[in-house]
Amino acid sequence: MLPRLSWLMIFAVTPLAAQGLRVPYDSFTLANGLQVLVAPDHAVPVVTVNIWYHVGSGDEKPGRTGFAHLFEHIMFMGSQHVRTGEFDKLLEAAGGDNNGSTTEDRTNYFEDAPSNALPLMLWLDSDRQGFLLPEIDSAKVDLQRGVVQNERRQSYENQPYGLAQENILQRLYPPDHPYHWPVIGSMADLSAATLEDVRNFFRTYYTPNNSTMVIGGDVDTAAARALARKYFGDIPRGPAVTRTPPPAFGLDSNRVATIDDRVQVPRVYNAWHTVKAFAPDDAALDIVATILATGRASRLYRVLVYEKQIASNVVAFQDGSRIDGKFEVFSTARPGHNLPELQRVIDDQVRLLADSGPTVRELERAQNSIEADFLNAMERMGSFGGKADRLNFYNYYVGTPDYFQPDLERYRRVTAADVQRAARTYLRDAHRVVLSVVPQGKPELAVKEAP
Amino acid sequence: MKSIAAAILLASLIVGPLAAQVDRTKAPALGPAPALHLPALRTVTLPNGLTLAVVEMHKVPVVEVQVLVDAGTARDPVDVPGLAAFTANMLTQGAGTRGALALADEVAYLGAQLTAVSDFDAVTVRLHVPSRHLESALDLLADVLLRPQFADSEITRQRGLLATTILQQRDQPVAMASIAFPAIVLGPGHPYGHPTAGNDSTPPKLTHDRVVSFYQTSYRPNATKILVVGDITLAQAQRLFTARLGAWPRGAVTPFPHGKAPAPASRSFYLIDKPGAAQSVIRIGEPGVARSTPDYATIQVLNTILGGAFTSRLNQNLRETHGYTYGASSGFAARRLPGFFVAAASVVTAKTDSSLIEFMKELRRIRDDSVPQAELDKAKQYLTLQLPGAFETTGGAAARFRDVLVYNLPLNWYERFGPAVNAVTAAQVQRAARRYIDPDHFAIVVVGDRALIEAGIKALNEGPIVYRTMWGQPAQ
Repeated sequence: MLPRLSWLMIFAVTPLAAQGLRVPYDSFTLANGLQVLVAPDHAVPVVTVNIWYHVGSGDEKPGRTGFAHLFEHIMFMGSQHVRTGEFDKLLEAAGGDNNGSTTEDRTNYFEDAPSNALPLMLWLDSDRQGFLLPEIDSAKVDLQRGVVQNERRQSYENQPYGLAQENILQRLYPPDHPYHWPVIGSMADLSAATLEDVRNFFRTYYTPNNSTMVIGGDVDTAAARALARKYFGDIPRGPAVTRTPPPAFGLDSNRVATIDDRVQVPRVYNAWHTVKAFAPDDAALDIVATILATGRASRLYRVLVYEKQIASNVVAFQDGSRIDGKFEVFSTARPGHNLPELQRVIDDQVRLLADSGPTVRELERAQNSIEADFLNAMERMGSFGGKADRLNFYNYYVGTPDYFQPDLERYRRVTAADVQRAARTYLRDAHRVVLSVVPQGKPELAVKEAP
Repeated sequence: MKSIAAAILLASLIVGPLAAQVDRTKAPALGPAPALHLPALRTVTLPNGLTLAVVEMHKVPVVEVQVLVDAGTARDPVDVPGLAAFTANMLTQGAGTRGALALADEVAYLGAQLTAVSDFDAVTVRLHVPSRHLESALDLLADVLLRPQFADSEITRQRGLLATTILQQRDQPVAMASIAFPAIVLGPGHPYGHPTAGNDSTPPKLTHDRVVSFYQTSYRPNATKILVVGDITLAQAQRLFTARLGAWPRGAVTPFPHGKAPAPASRSFYLIDKPGAAQSVIRIGEPGVARSTPDYATIQVLNTILGGAFTSRLNQNLRETHGYTYGASSGFAARRLPGFFVAAASVVTAKTDSSLIEFMKELRRIRDDSVPQAELDKAKQYLTLQLPGAFETTGGAAARFRDVLVYNLPLNWYERFGPAVNAVTAAQVQRAARRYIDPDHFAIVVVGDRALIEAGIKALNEGPIVYRTMWGQPAQ
């Protein structure tokens, strides 16, 4: 996920409660196709507006990688009735904050502000949904291009190991797959984007019928409904968005590669093609990741970092997106150790889990931690990962906004046999990307051949 | 442009019957902002001197506990920078009857998070847990606080990990700048002048004896405040914590260290070479103010105008006008002792000099010109109207209330903050800018590719360039 601002960053996987997690909401759809969800919660006098546009980097055309995220930035540059700069100034003067972020699948925007500011928030958001283009010119595109290229420099190029993910994606997904390139895109493609691209993208994807809006927090449902209709009702419906599902694929051999970087110690990445979000084994794979590498009690941490002391960290995660998914494990060596040492442990531990499954304790521990994450996420309505954002997330991914409790139950239902089967089915020896990132001039530290 | 406008006009003609009359030409007028109702902070002191502060929030069945011990990094001994942070980290590497892994296993099994970290003014041992597991989790917290094992094998292991962490800081230009800047501005002998993790010399000095001795002299109930926020009552908290920490014996507390920044040198550039860097990391500033300054509200307004918000001057100029950076900001590190003022950004290498020109322009303008009323009002409203939202979550409320405890502020400090902010005038902002932002004495730290940026910095003619290491020491 690429947020518009660097100092707000997180997407907690999820959130527990013995009596059930519920986020009550009302739903209605305007004549132009905009679906609106209203979720009242009067704990604090704050309201959030959270809009998801169903477009992400996976919709980009060849030669225009990074465009969906660049467009996200342009959405803050003013619109026909909101002069450039006024979007942020008016919100801050009302005590509000805002941000936007882009993934492979979608682009989201939120404003959080005191509840009296709701009309302002809807006026701003509707103006850029309906009337963005008159205010956008080449100079404004150029400006945000510069900002985004600096985001790429700051968050990727000037970060150790920052170019690993794009090197994994291009080896894991075939060239015509929407997840073949990173959300941030390439410098060259960002440079190539034009005002005409902005216009076409806006007309194709930034339409009421390709977006959903959650109004959450200290708000009355009837008032929110009237305001939503007032500000968004006259925005014209756009063309239906159609997408061709990418052809099925799989890795039938290992893709072993090495890149160098300005780093002190090497790091090895393993990436497998798995399943999309909410597919039957998605939750089991999350638990596989937790058992392998979340916290000091996890298997890989224990062996790599604690017992052998050959690594300084290890991370594993299942990353299920809307049309596909991947599973990654990476680990950074301690000085004096090479990546084949780490890779042997990763292979052994993945194989052990696939052969023998988890202990009862391990499974329950993982489920308890995940359940607590669900509970913690119930604390906040706004921002990224708040309840409003989750309503939009579930609505887009499973079609049921208040899917908090069923989502938690997915994890509660996972058995030891599911965990073992998921590890055995997806984390197979000869079907992965193995990427070594080594210090410049130290290729001998890399994993060189298929494990 | 014309054809686009025509297309929109045309489209608007075919809108269905639901289209409502809306005047888009001006922003809607807003009703009055909701009143501020903050959760109450109530305190009680146990017989051993331990302060317990409780904020009841029952919306979600979770509890956030922050044990604030006056054993922070400012108390690092001169010969072992990093000892406070290492000692804090060692608390969770085995405690009571559980080794490091068994402790981690139990914490996760309870769905809890338990961490111990040090910043300059305090160590925070943090527990966040579903309230149904609170009692079991508090048993673990009490072990960590009162019965850390400090096993030799664990100390050796964590020492090795720390050495790797310190080594890896060289890979991160932002970390390098954050280490160098305080060392240069405050001096390496100042309690805030060294990094919390320590430096290259630190790991071998982290012996069992030094850790145990630091723990035994610094961790006292009468030097500890416990903030409890969430699904719990004061009476319940008092019972639970008295049972677990009531027998913790009171002890002598050494006074908080003194520290005085050296008289600031005339404006200079401190260049730290990072060959191949895609950006230059800039830190500009000087010694600053303590948290207890009577000018605190004024300084918050000043900083919000200058670099504390998205629309503040530095970000508008360097990001939204020039596109040199992904974000520019400023801040006052207002701590128990005076900290520093700093303005910061990571800018594209080729625009390092241009960015420095814009930084200097804004840092001079805030002193030279009175702030326009609308800009002042926006900053004051942003600061005050955001308060209710900051107390939505247990973690958010704890983040605000911990300042009240660490800095001995009045318990109703946040009720008083809004009126204090609203009373700030443009003249006060300018006076504070002239007093606390002094471009003649800035230290300007730049971490970047020297071969590409040095000539441009020299041509600015804004001061001499000296070369430093990431530790702020003279470079070869």
